[in-house]
Amino acid sequence: MDEPVCEVRDISKRFGGVLALDRVSLRLDAGEAHALVGENGAGKSTLIKILTGVHRPDGGTVRHLGRAVSFARPRDAQEAGISTIYQEVNLAPLLSVAHNLFLGREPVNRLGLLDHGRMRREASELLARYGVTVDVRRPLRELGLGIRQMVAVARAVSTRARVVIMDEPTSSLAPREVDLLTSVIDMLREQDIAVLYVTHKLDEVFRVCRRVSVLRDGRLVHTGPVSGTTRIGLVATMLGRPVAEVRRHGVTSFREAHQVRGAEPVLRAEGLVRGHVLNDVSVEVRPGEVVGLAGLLGSGRSETARAVFGADPLDAGTVTVDGRMRRRWNPGAAIRSGVCMVPEDRKADGIVPGLSVRDNITLAALPRLTRAGLVSRGARDRIVETFVRRLGIKVSSPDQKVGELSGGNQQKVLLARMMCLHPKVLILDEPTRGIDVGAKAEIQALIDELAESGLGVLLVSELEEIVEGAGTVLVLRDGTAAGVLRGDEIGEHRIMELIASAAPEKPAHDPAYEPVNEPPDEPSDEPPDEPSYEPAREHGGDLGDGRGDE
Amino acid sequence: MAATSVTGAAMSEALTSGRTARAARLRLPDHGVYLALGALLLFNLLFTANFATVANLRLQLVQVAPVAIVALGMALVIGTEGIDLSVGSTMAIAAALLPLYLGYGPWPAIGVAVLAGAFIGLVNGGLVAYGIQPIIATLGLLVAGRGVALVLADGRLVEIFDPTLAAIGGGQVLGVPVPVLAALGLACAAGFVLRRGAFGRRVVAVGGNRAAAVLAGLPVRRTLITVYVISGLLAAVAGVLTTGRQGASDPSFTGLLIELSAITAVVVGGTPLAGGRVRVLGTLVGALLMQLIIATVIQHDLHDSTARMIQAAIIVAAVHAQRDRSGT
Repeated sequence: MDEPVCEVRDISKRFGGVLALDRVSLRLDAGEAHALVGENGAGKSTLIKILTGVHRPDGGTVRHLGRAVSFARPRDAQEAGISTIYQEVNLAPLLSVAHNLFLGREPVNRLGLLDHGRMRREASELLARYGVTVDVRRPLRELGLGIRQMVAVARAVSTRARVVIMDEPTSSLAPREVDLLTSVIDMLREQDIAVLYVTHKLDEVFRVCRRVSVLRDGRLVHTGPVSGTTRIGLVATMLGRPVAEVRRHGVTSFREAHQVRGAEPVLRAEGLVRGHVLNDVSVEVRPGEVVGLAGLLGSGRSETARAVFGADPLDAGTVTVDGRMRRRWNPGAAIRSGVCMVPEDRKADGIVPGLSVRDNITLAALPRLTRAGLVSRGARDRIVETFVRRLGIKVSSPDQKVGELSGGNQQKVLLARMMCLHPKVLILDEPTRGIDVGAKAEIQALIDELAESGLGVLLVSELEEIVEGAGTVLVLRDGTAAGVLRGDEIGEHRIMELIASAAPEKPAHDPAYEPVNEPPDEPSDEPPDEPSYEPAREHGGDLGDGRGDE
Repeated sequence: MAATSVTGAAMSEALTSGRTARAARLRLPDHGVYLALGALLLFNLLFTANFATVANLRLQLVQVAPVAIVALGMALVIGTEGIDLSVGSTMAIAAALLPLYLGYGPWPAIGVAVLAGAFIGLVNGGLVAYGIQPIIATLGLLVAGRGVALVLADGRLVEIFDPTLAAIGGGQVLGVPVPVLAALGLACAAGFVLRRGAFGRRVVAVGGNRAAAVLAGLPVRRTLITVYVISGLLAAVAGVLTTGRQGASDPSFTGLLIELSAITAVVVGGTPLAGGRVRVLGTLVGALLMQLIIATVIQHDLHDSTARMIQAAIIVAAVHAQRDRSGT
């Protein structure tokens, strides 16, 4: 099998000033499952979009089945035999399973009318091959995500695909459904189909794939057989850190770890469970302590931060603030009890772009600034003035629209929004992502200063900031706690080891099912699933000692 | 006519320099409606006989008052990125309830009508707050509401001889008709609440970025429910005023298609359909502009459909101007 099924050579793609892909080469052989991994912004999705005809490369060639090809649109790629299965399956949810399978190529009878009987029969047979037995007349949306994924796979294969690209296919699947998908991938390989498996779950790389390629900052930094790769080596390659222990200083603006005051945690979250993304995560924050949440993309860092803040509905878990267990936990309640969060996605969840800097800063403080329904202008302007000066927010006037500010200044506005509430705990989700160096240093120094003054900080960030900024680090992997590091134990190597460690096999057990959280405005469409993951107790999954041995 | 004056003004400004052109386009959604109204008034002063008479101006204002009142509520709803299609039917229900409760006196009857409007708003707001799309949530009551009104009134027009209602609908204070005073008073209240009240900040925050409002701990559901209640309440007030002025409760035609006029006034007045901003004065002027277009066309013996075409052109221009804004 010398000739690859599909191959890209020296592919480059530029978006505006950003080089998303820089001379990337990758080959897919018949019958192999090839893992593609990389962190945020590594270029994974750009590469997929070039292979599927969504984007056209600025340089380089794509060869498919021995010929140079140039896909003008997704349909061309599909007809050439490259099928893609996206995270969110994009089939027609209201149509029946059979209709979805045969969409666009329905069998017809002699009169040119749809042959429903044949369609149903063939659809059932097709799915049975993948171990799926459902009534194919049912609308797709009534079925579970796993089954929908199978339908998408079956559809892809039945269109004579030679290459199947799976973009994080397991991110919303239950463990049982993941097993099913794994066996389906084996079947695809037996049919000499090449599978490009995009994921950020190391377990799946080692379980499903034969070769692995790593993208980082638009460049291919590694490609080779999985058998010759170690987990820690893979993590180090993805994050771009040397495997050797590194603990540098002076790169970030954090100073030495400061003294944590008081032994009693101000915030304690225990046994957080949410669908397939969080499984029994516990975290504690003491006054003056910076607790870092480390892990790969999709490991549950942001999900933990949001859960602690009450932003997402939980299936189980408790949040205790100041020693009092809180029921009806939602962002409003969190803010009232002194737990504040600056969200990861500034644009989508943070700023109100059309409102002024003044209104954005005081948005969460509105209830405190209001007497008899009227906003106290004096108090409001004092807050705005104080924080614009303290954080060095560059604005032409407090009336300037936040949408016109730079990313760094927008981030400072969001910090001001929460700081003016005088919180006890501040949750910061990627507070320095995508902002300029200067603002980054200022925000790092600010986090230090806040912790110094006795504030508890829960910090989600990249490895470097976590290592230098946090006094305690909770390492997450696939939605479970992989371990806790404190003080001198904290180092990039140790964190990467924990990320890379295999999930321990332990009989599934049910954590107490105790829904306490009031769901926020948007109802989740994910039904609570019985948590059947492996708990990570063996690695010291619990933060602190507030929990008895089990 | 008005449509060309809008684009004409923008173009002459645009030609001055590139920098002004950008500024002019940014301002067009905010101030285009005032320019258009000014142009239309000027045209009428010059070419329309008997336009600048007290009687005519008073007539125009009285006719526009119910639309303006409904549009104020609609502006709040649209500010939260919503829409309320049920306002016309709410007016009809208010009109139908009046004669049923007049036996208890005019004020109790008015109270019942207004409370019914608030209740309809509560239903709408509840549906929206718990995840139903506003257009669907309020479409139901647009259809069902008028049915309810017709059932309440037995499908008939009922003449009303009540001095209080007549005074409310047709009376004057210092020469200004009561409905006009009501519209102005409510507009001032809305403007004040939006500018100074925490409620106003919540409305624009929910419309501007709902996810951010949730994460800032704002009572998003309560805010949504409140704007729909206000919209229903104002629609009922408009229904009472209309009934009082007509001297008859007419559930078949009271408020028919007023939701379209109200939405038009709001959008032409510079409140974006995408929410996040509410223009009170713009809404009033937008309502007045639409009213004057019809009046102008009628007074020049043109067919009704001409007015509609001009109105349609203005709506398209307004929406286009807003699109440009979000694009920059």
